[in-house]
Amino acid sequence: MNPSVDALRATFGTAIGRAAVARDGETVVYVRAERLRDVMQWLRDTAGQRYDYLVDVTAIEYRDGERPLEVAYFLRALERRVDLRVKVELDPAGELAVDSVVPLWNGANWLEREVYDMFGITFRGHPDLRRILMWETYAEGHPLRKDFPLRGRFSRAEQVHQALAANPEAHYSIEELSLAEAYQELPPDMKERLRKGERGKVPFSE
Amino acid sequence: MSKRTVELELATPGHDAQGRPARLPLVVGAPEDGVVEPSLGGEQMLINIGPQHPATHGVLRLVVVLDGETVVRVIPHVGYLHSGFEKLGEYRHYNQIIPLTDRTDYLSPMSNNVGVALAAERLMGIEITPRCTVLRVIACELSRIISHLVWLGTTSIDLGAFTPFLWAFQQRERVYNLQEMWTGARLTTSLTRVGGLMADIPNGFTDGLRDFVVTFPDTLGEIDKVLTRNAIWAGRTQGVGVMTAAEAIDHSLSGPMLRASGVPYDVRKDKPYLGYETYEFDVPVGEHGDVYDRYLVRLEECRQSTRILAQALDRLPEGPINVDDPRVILPAKSRAMSDMEAMIYHFKQVMEGVKAPPGEAYVGIENPKGELGNYFVSDGTAKPVRWRIRPPSFINLSSLAKMAEGHLLSDLIAINASVDIVMGEVDR
Repeated sequence: MNPSVDALRATFGTAIGRAAVARDGETVVYVRAERLRDVMQWLRDTAGQRYDYLVDVTAIEYRDGERPLEVAYFLRALERRVDLRVKVELDPAGELAVDSVVPLWNGANWLEREVYDMFGITFRGHPDLRRILMWETYAEGHPLRKDFPLRGRFSRAEQVHQALAANPEAHYSIEELSLAEAYQELPPDMKERLRKGERGKVPFSE
Repeated sequence: MSKRTVELELATPGHDAQGRPARLPLVVGAPEDGVVEPSLGGEQMLINIGPQHPATHGVLRLVVVLDGETVVRVIPHVGYLHSGFEKLGEYRHYNQIIPLTDRTDYLSPMSNNVGVALAAERLMGIEITPRCTVLRVIACELSRIISHLVWLGTTSIDLGAFTPFLWAFQQRERVYNLQEMWTGARLTTSLTRVGGLMADIPNGFTDGLRDFVVTFPDTLGEIDKVLTRNAIWAGRTQGVGVMTAAEAIDHSLSGPMLRASGVPYDVRKDKPYLGYETYEFDVPVGEHGDVYDRYLVRLEECRQSTRILAQALDRLPEGPINVDDPRVILPAKSRAMSDMEAMIYHFKQVMEGVKAPPGEAYVGIENPKGELGNYFVSDGTAKPVRWRIRPPSFINLSSLAKMAEGHLLSDLIAINASVDIVMGEVDR
C-alpha cells in the first residue's frame, strides 16, 4: 500500500476512511467530503508527497442503489512517479456536492464540469460550472446516472423537435450573451425572451 | 537525395549555441522612423468559429472576443459529437466495448483497442502471451505514426503549407494498407480481444512493415527539411501558445503537449506496459513549450516509433496470440461446431460474457494524443459498472483559452492545431 495513506492518517485522523489496494496495484483511499480540499492541498504541497499532477476526475455510481456515489481523483507525483487515487463518498439521498479542486489544479476545470454534466454532482467554488458535453438547456437529466435510460428520457421525436425548435440563445452561455449585450449585438427578440427568462425554452410537445 | 526535396528561398540556416535550429523572428516591413501605425484596438467584437469550420479540426466551436485582430477571450464549446460511449459501455460485455474505442480517437484506433484490452486484462488478472505483447506494441507504434502524420499534414495546411500534407498522407496510406491487411478494416479495426487479438498478422505483413520502417524516415527527413528551418513556419509557430512546465502540469496536459513544455513524462518509460522498458528509444522533450516545440517533439516521436517498430520486428516471437483459457477466449469455430465442451464455452461467452471480479482497475497508455486512461469498475458481473475513458485531447484542449488569449486570431488557429484534438475523443 502507498505510504501516503499512513501519512494522511497521521495528519488528518478520522477524516481519512478506509484504504485498499485496487486490482491494478494502485492505492485507493477514501476521504470525508468536508476535508477533501484540505487533504488535496496537503497532498499537493507537502514535501515528500508532492502529488502535483491531477490525472483525472470522475464519478462512479453503482448498480446497487444503496451504495453511495463516489467521486474519484487520480493523483500523480510526477517527480516520484507514484500514483494515488482519492475517493469521496456522497449519499445519493443527500446533497450531491463536494468542494472544487480547480483552485489547486486548473486541469480540474473541464473534468469537474463533465462530472457535473453527467452525474449532477455540484462542485462548490468552481469558477464556471456549466454543462460541457450536453448543451446548457438540456432538460433530460444527467446521462451517466443509473436511473437514466440508455436512450434518454424523451422520445426520439421529442428530441428532434427540441433540437430543431431551440432558440439561437440556447447555443450561447449566459456569459456570452451578456458579452454580446455589452456590444449591443443582441437582437431585440432574443433580448425579450431572455428578459422573460425563456432562454432556449421549447414548449414540451408530448 | 530524393527528387521531391525542394530548396526554399526562405530557409533560415544556422544553429544557436545549444545546437538547436536558430530562431529568427519573422519581421515584415518594420515601421520606419516617424511612421506611426494606426491603432486597430478599442473596438471589440464577438465572433463564432465553427462548429463547421475546416480549421477547428472537427466539430469544435469557439466563441471568440476580438479586439481588432487580437484574441481577448476564447470560450470553447464541445459536445457536438457526444455519443455516450461511457454509458453504452455499461450495457456491454468487455469484448463488446472494444468496437466503441475505434470511434473515440479515430485517428489511432488500434492503440485505443490496446488500451481498453489492457485495462480489462488488469481487472481480470490475465497475463497475455509474448507474441501478443509484441504485436500490440507494433499496433500502438503504427497508430502513433499515422496520428502524428495526420497532425503534421493538417497543421501545415492550417499554416499555409500544402506539400507536407501530401507527403504525410502518402505515408499514412501505407500504414493504412498494413492495418487493412491485418484487421480487414482501415478505421474500425477492433484489433484486440480481452486476453489476445482478433487475428494474427497475415503472411507478408512483416515484409511490408519492414519496408515501411526502412523507407519512412526519408519522408520524415524531407518534411523536416521543408518545415523545421522554414522562416514562415518558424515565424508562425515560435513563441506562440507558450505553456511553461509549471503551467503544463497545472493544466494536466499529457503526451507531446506536456513534453514540449519540458516535462519528461512518458507513460512508456515511467509506468511501462507491454514491455516497453525492454525497447531502446528516446523520449523527445522540448524546452519552450510553444507550437514549434510541439512540432519538433511529434516529428521526433515518429522517428523513435520507427526505431521501436524495427526492434519489435526483430524480436517477434512465434507462438499463440491468445491466452490458453477457454473462459476468456472463444474456441475455434470448427471446434465449437464439433466438440461439446467447446460449444458450451462458446455459448457461455457469447450469451453471458466474461465475468470480471469485483474491483477496479485503471491503465494509462501513451496514446499519440497523450495519456489515454481506461478505468473499469466492476461489481462481479460481465458488464462494467463504470467505464471511464481519460480523454487526453479533451484535457489538453481545456488549456486552449489559456494559450490563445493575447495572441492574434491567426495564431489561435495554429495553437488549436498544435493541441492535436480529435473530436470523437473530446466528446466521446
